[in-house]
Amino acid sequence: MKFVLDKKQERVTKEKEKKNAILKVRNLNIYYGDNHAVHDINMDIEEKSITALIGPSGCGKSTFLRSINRMNDTIPIAKNNGEILYEGLNILEDDIEVVALRKEIGMVFQKPNPFPMSIYNNITHALKFKGIRKKKELNQIVEDSLKKAALWDEVKDRLHESALSLSGGQQQRLCIARSLALKPRILLLDEPSSALDPISNAKIEDLIMELSSEYTIIIVTHNMQQASRVADKTAFFLSGDLMEYDETSKIFTNPSNPKTEEYITGKFG
Amino acid sequence: MNSRVTDKIATSIFVLFAAIMAGTLFALLGYILYHGFAVIDLDFLTSNSSSFREGGGIKNQLFNSFYVLFITMLFTVPLGIGGGIYMAEYAKPGKVTDFIRTCIEVLASLPSIVVGMFGLLVFVAWTGWGYTILSGALALTVFNLPVIVRVCEDAIRSVPRELKEASLALGVTHWHTIKTVLLPAAFPGILTGVILSAGRVFGEAAALLFTAGLTTPNLDFTNWNPFNIHSPLNIFRPAETLSVHIWKVNTQGIIPDVREVADGASAVLVISVLIFNLLARWLGSVIHKRMSGSK
Repeated sequence: MKFVLDKKQERVTKEKEKKNAILKVRNLNIYYGDNHAVHDINMDIEEKSITALIGPSGCGKSTFLRSINRMNDTIPIAKNNGEILYEGLNILEDDIEVVALRKEIGMVFQKPNPFPMSIYNNITHALKFKGIRKKKELNQIVEDSLKKAALWDEVKDRLHESALSLSGGQQQRLCIARSLALKPRILLLDEPSSALDPISNAKIEDLIMELSSEYTIIIVTHNMQQASRVADKTAFFLSGDLMEYDETSKIFTNPSNPKTEEYITGKFG
Repeated sequence: MNSRVTDKIATSIFVLFAAIMAGTLFALLGYILYHGFAVIDLDFLTSNSSSFREGGGIKNQLFNSFYVLFITMLFTVPLGIGGGIYMAEYAKPGKVTDFIRTCIEVLASLPSIVVGMFGLLVFVAWTGWGYTILSGALALTVFNLPVIVRVCEDAIRSVPRELKEASLALGVTHWHTIKTVLLPAAFPGILTGVILSAGRVFGEAAALLFTAGLTTPNLDFTNWNPFNIHSPLNIFRPAETLSVHIWKVNTQGIIPDVREVADGASAVLVISVLIFNLLARWLGSVIHKRMSGSK
């Protein structure tokens, strides 16, 4: 784990300067039918940084994450009000082109979910839909995104084999590569390594830190160590409320809310 | 009685039930095939049926069965897949959807003779076509469509939700996701369901009695003009299928070898349905392997 810490240290010192907020969440409420799942959230997400969302199961952190690229649209009973401003645009408006939004704000899920097709086609699936058909261009993007996801060396000789033949950790990196291929600006990660073994987990964490120099990353995690290792800022959710949102170092060493302290020290959760 | 004894009794009862089921099936199959194989030969399969003399075959009936099946599937599969996609992906949960689903279930459980009578009214009399292959195929479509819709809906629903979300999260539209992710993943299930229902359609008699008719014109297998009454391809000609033939020779047959013809035809029918079933299993597993395996 040492090199992970080194890398983080380096990054923290290098990028100490103030960043501007790419997402501004204002008075966000989300309901599942009668269940008020997220209460009046206000927070700013900094560009090209890693923000971790922590909290016990059912606290609303995943619901909140899914609202950022409108994945809650797939749940008919989900309703929301308030604003999520992305570049000044409220992405919760009805007339937002969801398809275009999701290209800018990608998402990787808890369970690796590659399509049951070849590794190559997993990445080109969305590109072809976007209208990119030239073989050369596709090849280039596949290579670039697999390299970015630190998977290229492992799969370059078997790009046309089924993605399901990859290990869980490789599948998850493929899912990240698949999102990166669309050149998003924000990457939403919903417990991306909770279903993986410790070594794959460490690789994913390394990758996340690598990527944060180019992308804004918001990660939901149940793993307190993971949040403290990778995140610049951490938000603690409890029963739908945003209890505390601050620099990760502050959250984990000197939280202002006693509930936060109870949670991170394992008194409940 | 202690729990171990109860457990043993339960186990033996279930084994017994399974044995009864398998035994009945094998006895039936064995009986039909044993009597059938005594009759089936190349001549039986390739000669015309006879009205009064013995030694008639089932050539036309066999062809009609496959042709009616083919025409039926031509209607049912696209409609069924469309309906299945609607039910699985677009129908919003609520009263209207529940109503549609109830309709499909009622339709699926309609006795086939009722479907046949409906076909007689609509596809034979109202259209003025008379007994034709098309009428029969349309009646069978009514009979088969609900099954296919159900099969497709289930197959699409059984595709993991994660796959659909993955595609949507990549900014791909719903329709493109259905086309390129859901349908291919649901394909083995759809195919298996379609082939299994083909077996049901192939063996159906009641719905065809009053729609495709009990007779077949003299077919000339060298005549491929689909508008000629003697062409096998003409869909506006009456067509007696294999199952209808079995029913007919048994109830109104005046040929001396009724028993032999019925035995042979039944065996051919059963073998065909068996082939459909085995084909469905085999294709399903091959495709499943191809999609999840190394290649």
